Amino acid sequence: MSVPVEATGGEAGAKRKLFGLRLSVTQRGILIAIAIFAVMFAVYGWKQPVGLTANVINTASNKGALLALVAMAQTLPVLTGGLDLSVGAIFVLANCLASSIVVGDPVSTTLGIFGVLLIGLLCGTINGVIIVYGRLQPLIVTLAMGAVYFGIALAIRPQPGGSVNFELADFMTRSTYAIPHSAILLLLVVIFIWIPYRRSVLGRAAFAIGSAEQAAYMSGVPIDRAKILAFALSGLLAAIGGLLLTAITYSGAAKISIANDYTLNSIGAVVIGGTSLFGGVGSAIGSIFGAFVMRTVGDLLIVFDINPVLQPLFVGIVLLIAVCIGSLRVLRIKNKLDLYR
Amino acid sequence: MVDVVLRQFDRATLIAFGCIVLLLLIGALAEPAFLSPKYLIQQIHVASFLGVVATGVMLIILLGHIDLSIPWTIAVGGMMATGAAGILGPELGVTFAIPFGILCGAAIGAINGLGVAYLRAPAMIFTLGMNAVAQGLMVYHTGGFAPQNRATEFMRELAVGHLIPGVPNPVLIWIVLGAVTMFMLNRTTLGRQIYAIGNQERAVFLSGVDTRRVILICFVISGACAAATGVLLAGWANRSYQAMGDPYLLPTIAAIILGGTNVLGGRGKYIGTVAGVILITILQSMLSVVQPQRYFAQLGLDMPADVFRQIVFGLVIVAMLLLYGRQKLVR
Amino acid sequence: MTASGSAPLLRMSGITKHYGGVRALENVHFEATRGTIHALLGENGAGKSTLIKVLSGVVQPDAGTIELDGSPVQFANPTEANDAGIACIFQELSLLPDLTVADNICITRPPRRFGLIDFRAQRRIAEEALARVGGEGIHPSATVRELPLSRRQMVEIAKALARNPKILILDEATSALTAADVEKVFVMLHKLREEGMAIIYISHRMHEIAELADVCTVYRNGRKVETFDAGTRSDNAIVEMMIGREYESVFPPKAAKNDDVAPVLKVRDFSWQGELNGIDLDIRPGEIVGLGGLDGQGQRQLLLGLFGTLIGTTGTVEIAGNPVKLSSPKRAKSDAIGMALIPEDRKAEGLMLPMTVRENLSFAAVEKVSRGGVVDLKAEEAAIDEMVELLKIKADGIDGPVASLSGGNQQKVVIGKWLMTKPRIILLNDPTRGIDVGTKQEIYQLLQRLAAEGAAILFYSTDYDELIGCCDRVLVMYSGAVVRTLSGQQLTETNLVSAALNLPAGTDQAALAAQAREAAT
Repeated sequence: MSVPVEATGGEAGAKRKLFGLRLSVTQRGILIAIAIFAVMFAVYGWKQPVGLTANVINTASNKGALLALVAMAQTLPVLTGGLDLSVGAIFVLANCLASSIVVGDPVSTTLGIFGVLLIGLLCGTINGVIIVYGRLQPLIVTLAMGAVYFGIALAIRPQPGGSVNFELADFMTRSTYAIPHSAILLLLVVIFIWIPYRRSVLGRAAFAIGSAEQAAYMSGVPIDRAKILAFALSGLLAAIGGLLLTAITYSGAAKISIANDYTLNSIGAVVIGGTSLFGGVGSAIGSIFGAFVMRTVGDLLIVFDINPVLQPLFVGIVLLIAVCIGSLRVLRIKNKLDLYR
Repeated sequence: MVDVVLRQFDRATLIAFGCIVLLLLIGALAEPAFLSPKYLIQQIHVASFLGVVATGVMLIILLGHIDLSIPWTIAVGGMMATGAAGILGPELGVTFAIPFGILCGAAIGAINGLGVAYLRAPAMIFTLGMNAVAQGLMVYHTGGFAPQNRATEFMRELAVGHLIPGVPNPVLIWIVLGAVTMFMLNRTTLGRQIYAIGNQERAVFLSGVDTRRVILICFVISGACAAATGVLLAGWANRSYQAMGDPYLLPTIAAIILGGTNVLGGRGKYIGTVAGVILITILQSMLSVVQPQRYFAQLGLDMPADVFRQIVFGLVIVAMLLLYGRQKLVR
Repeated sequence: MTASGSAPLLRMSGITKHYGGVRALENVHFEATRGTIHALLGENGAGKSTLIKVLSGVVQPDAGTIELDGSPVQFANPTEANDAGIACIFQELSLLPDLTVADNICITRPPRRFGLIDFRAQRRIAEEALARVGGEGIHPSATVRELPLSRRQMVEIAKALARNPKILILDEATSALTAADVEKVFVMLHKLREEGMAIIYISHRMHEIAELADVCTVYRNGRKVETFDAGTRSDNAIVEMMIGREYESVFPPKAAKNDDVAPVLKVRDFSWQGELNGIDLDIRPGEIVGLGGLDGQGQRQLLLGLFGTLIGTTGTVEIAGNPVKLSSPKRAKSDAIGMALIPEDRKAEGLMLPMTVRENLSFAAVEKVSRGGVVDLKAEEAAIDEMVELLKIKADGIDGPVASLSGGNQQKVVIGKWLMTKPRIILLNDPTRGIDVGTKQEIYQLLQRLAAEGAAILFYSTDYDELIGCCDRVLVMYSGAVVRTLSGQQLTETNLVSAALNLPAGTDQAALAAQAREAAT
């Protein structure tokens, strides 16, 4: 290794090129997700009998935004190198809670919204605290805590039902000048949560942890606080998703299948959005488009007249293909020892 | 020989067995029937379904991986077995239905193994994806073919009959499977290799072991065990249905961890898993006997029993992990 | 003792640190003064790294006090040490590969605006810090993963400097640098010394220490041996302080070799990916053949290639006259070939650390004591006991985890594990790195004994004395090819060094040091 290889230090080797643009790995991931989504949505619009009317776009946006919020929630723990199997449960819990407390006059509705978001934040914080101070595996902790959160959701709403402030629900799911409000909600979340997070010390610490935890510790990165914050914000984002779900369905339902479906799809969305499952590289913005890709798969099944019950099959296949593409490096490996790290 | 037996009981196993005794005693205070042989046999009978699936998953966890495809592999086992029985008719069906169901589970395991071992895909994502694929295929299968979902007489006999008087057949199956697994883990080269891979796969590879093959074999076993559980469950309920595996993922992983198996792989005794399985089963049974929802109903709160099952399970797993699952601080 | 009369900036006294039962530091005193470069010397495991870790807050001492500027301090973590003005450049890089250079340089105390990181200011700081260490060519927004190793090391140094430390610690920080970069770093260190910084410097390169240090301290087995002004002791005297005995008598005598036997391993035109270029190699039973040359000239790849982990090797390999295809370690281990590899990194590649010594020892050979996949426990135990006795592994620990053994004993377990397979051909990848002299000596004796019993040994070492003391022949590699074979009287340090630099034989020693530096640029 002491042979000097004066190679690509500096400007020349800094970025790889895509269509002549100099992009980071993350930016490239986002662009690829956008491109896939654009192609799929164009096909969908073309095969759609009524075309891409404002209404069709609004519906697609509402469905996509639901998953996008949960996928953003999943992104934060994944960036630290963990995985959160409780995002679906927190999403459902927020939905059940919102269908009980986001009702009545504007004041109580506002209080209700804060209540729901606070509970989401709390659930995420509990996950983070157990993982950090208990020194436990995120996968198992969130699997177990997901059961607890789902149990609470079921306690709040044993039977589907409840209601929600109608004006709020209508406002959240409408569109203005063909711009769906749910898309604006996503934009606001990006501007007010994701971007400040990414530019904060703790946000960058999360990337650092996912990149190399030991080195991060050596560099004096606040590991514990960064991890807890990542899980806490994850809970908050999942709760925003649950709030939107309540606005769309006007009710709450504690169904384990919904929780599992959203958890699964969120991981798929994160992968498609270009976030590395090993942590350190990625963006919640990519996950948004990953989520829209996942949802458009379902829409395409419908317009191509494929039985919609097959959706889990396609989601599963997309997930398998996504992880396998990540595994293509295996084929390029020339030293078998590199496989075992 | 005695020390070989004793070596199987580590701290976690003893704690788990202690908890079992404690739970039974507390239960007996409320309901003396808790200590009756009939009740205990019944609990072991129920536990054996969980025990069979946990056997396979334990191997995966020992390797340092995880199998999240359990729920729908169980369903595949049950549904493909009953479906095959329907297609093959009463004569062939009785003989081949069960092997076919287990084979389908093993095939899912094989794909998991290929993905994890040969493509080096992260197990949690790959098996989660396979779970969805299996779900999709089963949903399509029921929707498209309207298959038979009734269990055969043989399956029913296997799940509820008694080959040896007083010992339900699934318990017998679990005992045989458990004995084979313990022998495999302790006395065979494969067992050694499983533990070693969980500790340091790189060193195992450089010791001249085809680690990928070992991982593949374990995933096949895990898939087959889950499918076998599906077959037994179909016999037990006399039919197969789509969500039959859903309640098993969390208890399976919980049982293995409660039994002291290290979540990151490399350490754990099979006898601990046995203890964990029985503990989880009794906990479940206690919840259905004590029925906390009745207490809440008196307060005017209507809550399904599942609420308590979910919350108690989740909290018990976290508590047990905090007790002895903590990772060493590597600094 | 120090040359400077001023009060020390840093005083560590009575520092003691144990890991489990292993003593890493015992009642160690250390002082650092402003405006001096203080070199720490000692073998691996002598306690230098632990001392540095204590000083930088990575580990906490069991006993002892640290005073900075006369007032006592305690560091619970690296951040606190950083804040107190102690910056450390570690041997293992502490960079975050997925983050940009600027992010890395400003990772601990980034400039902020409105509570958020000010990327523009951060970039400016990074540029300044890079310019200070002579790394102007490095782009602040490149991710570290894209940089070659020597550039990363420059970033690491820039990162430490960006914190404006009072004390700068360099732990083997130049080992990955090119000679030209080393010069730049030296110029910078001299300048920092003029500015009054206290610099603590750890390196195994004696000529670097001669060029840089004002004061030296030697450690051995967790204790301080002596502190003295640089230039007052000869190199030999320093080495003897480090190893604690006369340097010569370490190697057992070599046995006479019979040249008539047919080679058991015959390699022709062995190549791989441009990193191995047409290597020919013959080893007879009973021979110890060394691999020499500068580190990283393909020696490791050759061993790995022979052991079957490299894909796409070309050329022919014959074992005892039969052509074979070495496709995997499993194949290499098989009875038909009978090869063993003692890997480079014993912790990650040689051992399963949490498992017992017994389990580790019998792991590679477990097929030999099993039938139909079932292990014969009696036969296994007998074989283990035999190996424990042969290698003099401390017997009280064999049912405990191998992690609790010392480095030397761990390495013995790795070797023992492979000896249990009764190999005909033994490949060793730098097996004595980081272990104590006593165990080294045992390993040398073992090698001679195995050779006497008929094993063919291929032995890579970064230590020239070891190659001279142990090997019958040494193949010197340069750029993936064997450039010279040295044996008998030719096997001298001068020849090894000149061959390693691919110079003609017989160049005189004084010129070599200068050429060594130029050759690398």
